Amino acid sequence: MSDALKLANVHKRFGETPIIRGVDLAVAPGERHAIIGPNGAGKSTLFNLISGRYTPSEGEIALHGKRISGLAPHQINRRGLSRSFQITNLFQNMTVFENLRCSLLWAQGYKYSFWHLVGRQTALNEAAEQWLERLGLSARRDVPASLLTYAEQRTLEIGTTIAGGADVILLDEPTAGMGLAERDHTMAMISEVTQDKTLLMVEHDMGVVFELADRISVLVYGQIIASDTPEAIRANAAVQEAYLGEAH
Amino acid sequence: MSHSQSSRTALLWHIGVWALFALVIVVLPYIFTSSSSISMMSQMGVFIIFALSYNMLLGQAGMLSFGHAVYFGLGGFFTLHAIRAVNDEVWQFPLELMPLVGGVGGLAFGIIFGSISTRRAGVTFAMITLGIGSMVESSANMFTDFFGGESGISGNRVTDVTLFGFSYGPSIEVYYLIGAWTVMAAVAMYLLTKTPLGRISNAVRDNPERAQFVGYNTTIARFIQFSLSGFFAGIAGGLFAIMFEIMTAPNVGLVQSGAVLLMTFIGGVGLFFGPIIGAVLVTYMHTALSGFSEGWILYFGLMFVFMVMYAPGGIAGVIYAHAAPWRAGLLWRLLPSYLLVLLPALLAIAGLVAVVEMGYQLSLAYDPSSPIDLFYMQINATSLWSWLVALLGLAVGIAGVLATARVVRARWAGVNRSMQATGAKT
Ligand SMILES: Nc1ncnc2c1ncn2[C@@H]1O[C@H](COP(=O)(O)OP(=O)(O)OP(=O)(O)O)[C@@H](O)[C@H]1O
Ligand SMILES: [Mg+2]
Repeated sequence: MSDALKLANVHKRFGETPIIRGVDLAVAPGERHAIIGPNGAGKSTLFNLISGRYTPSEGEIALHGKRISGLAPHQINRRGLSRSFQITNLFQNMTVFENLRCSLLWAQGYKYSFWHLVGRQTALNEAAEQWLERLGLSARRDVPASLLTYAEQRTLEIGTTIAGGADVILLDEPTAGMGLAERDHTMAMISEVTQDKTLLMVEHDMGVVFELADRISVLVYGQIIASDTPEAIRANAAVQEAYLGEAH
Repeated sequence: MSHSQSSRTALLWHIGVWALFALVIVVLPYIFTSSSSISMMSQMGVFIIFALSYNMLLGQAGMLSFGHAVYFGLGGFFTLHAIRAVNDEVWQFPLELMPLVGGVGGLAFGIIFGSISTRRAGVTFAMITLGIGSMVESSANMFTDFFGGESGISGNRVTDVTLFGFSYGPSIEVYYLIGAWTVMAAVAMYLLTKTPLGRISNAVRDNPERAQFVGYNTTIARFIQFSLSGFFAGIAGGLFAIMFEIMTAPNVGLVQSGAVLLMTFIGGVGLFFGPIIGAVLVTYMHTALSGFSEGWILYFGLMFVFMVMYAPGGIAGVIYAHAAPWRAGLLWRLLPSYLLVLLPALLAIAGLVAVVEMGYQLSLAYDPSSPIDLFYMQINATSLWSWLVALLGLAVGIAGVLATARVVRARWAGVNRSMQATGAKT
């Protein structure tokens, strides 16, 4: 069985500056894989490369064994990969419900239709309502995204990413900036809604990472210095030195 | 479930509003019966369609076009050529459906030019539309068979080929033809905002990047929206051609494109009905002012600048801002303060108009000392006193507006506080 996601010798340079310097990574279907690493290591850049926001300067990225590097973001999304953003990236003038419905439109096959009225598409609207409930945002259904609290925006960011039904999900620091209770709640929600999906997640909180992840990769200065089970990573001397030691 | 019930009330509400819109169109000629009113109201219908089609770009998809008259004007030319073909008995097509010829023409050129311009967004898109607009306008000199050169082309709308028993010679019959198309086109464009394409156009406007990451090719979404907008602009152009029976090169030109931008913006781009208000108001002002003063374009410009600076949501935005105080029953606390601003504002406007009119009189009139009729007075542009009084009125008016505007702001702050305290939705 081919890997859900596979990166081979991926490089990214901005001008002369190398940011990603030869990353190899394989994520098996159904695996929950966390990427940790210090600030500026290139974690978000890696996500931007995988999701098509940037094209690699070198190397190849494959989704379910098919090459996706060089494709546009919407093409990659249509092949079943969806991502969230570290900095909340919503349709700010639209309501919570509209945000979720928009993220369902392509997935449900509406394409650019101008002969369906969205209000009359029962399956579409029910799916959006269900997502509202799963995210705990029902009470905020008709509030514009821009007026949500920070934690609510983060929740909607995750919902927008997952609602479309992609089977490979990339979450970039989904709980950053949340309080403890909100974080636990959000992680439980992520854990629930990504059942049977492949999850690749950047996260700074070690508690969260060690609890949720099947495997962890440590990215330091554009290179993966270790990729293993949580226990092995915890025991890894190089990781201790390069990252965990520094963080404590 | 309560959702289906509320959607049924929403449906009835929508049908009610559109029925009212249609009713107003039907009734207006019984109230404003003069032939000049009929002609003005017919133009309003044409420009309602045109401005709504423009807002499919600007308001709904965030595309600022400087060349939308291309699709309006070409639609008009195609329609008039079709009418001439029926005049010459080489084609049979009912006059009632002639605007569709314009629509198809607008759509065709929307597809052609849109495939170029919608590849880019933002400023680049705007520049490309400007380029295409001036290109088409100047190409009127090259393709004189189509554009008719200096004198344009004309035709006779009384083709004797019609669906219903009207000749469409009398202008009232044309008014109702335009009115029927206005209702149909406006409803169609409204429904378009409720389709997946309409929703995704909003998404592309708000955040093109995120739209890509939920599976949409933003270029294609913009392209389809642009082409459909060309279709409706073409219908408006077709009705314009039927109404005036003549089309000239400026109808595809940059001035016309600027006019529709102005209307749409003044009416308000953020709400569907904004451009309807803009089209009605600007057409009215155009008709009323252009007969009255050489300076009407200047007044328009000032009004536009004022709106851009102080009411970027246009008139519809101003109305909408009062919806929440209205629901909270607090409108009465705002209205008196508006009356307070109105008095100095009127004084400032009067002073301004006097200054502008005297300026025009000095530079344009054959005899500058001949009196100007203004505000039921006679004013002499060569008299120093007239200038002093006018400038004083302007200065006092502006000072008064600045002073009383504080009261309005304070009232608004109070209303907002009350609404927050009672938890009313803003
Ligand atoms: N578009 C770009 N152009 C130039 N440099 C960039 C660009 N994007 C990222 N970088 C640089 O690449 C480096 C890695 O950035 P990145 O955002 O990937 O780090 P990160 O690991 O996600 O950090 P954080 O934990 O702070 O989110 C940074 O030094 C950043 O300045
Ligand atoms: Mg980052």
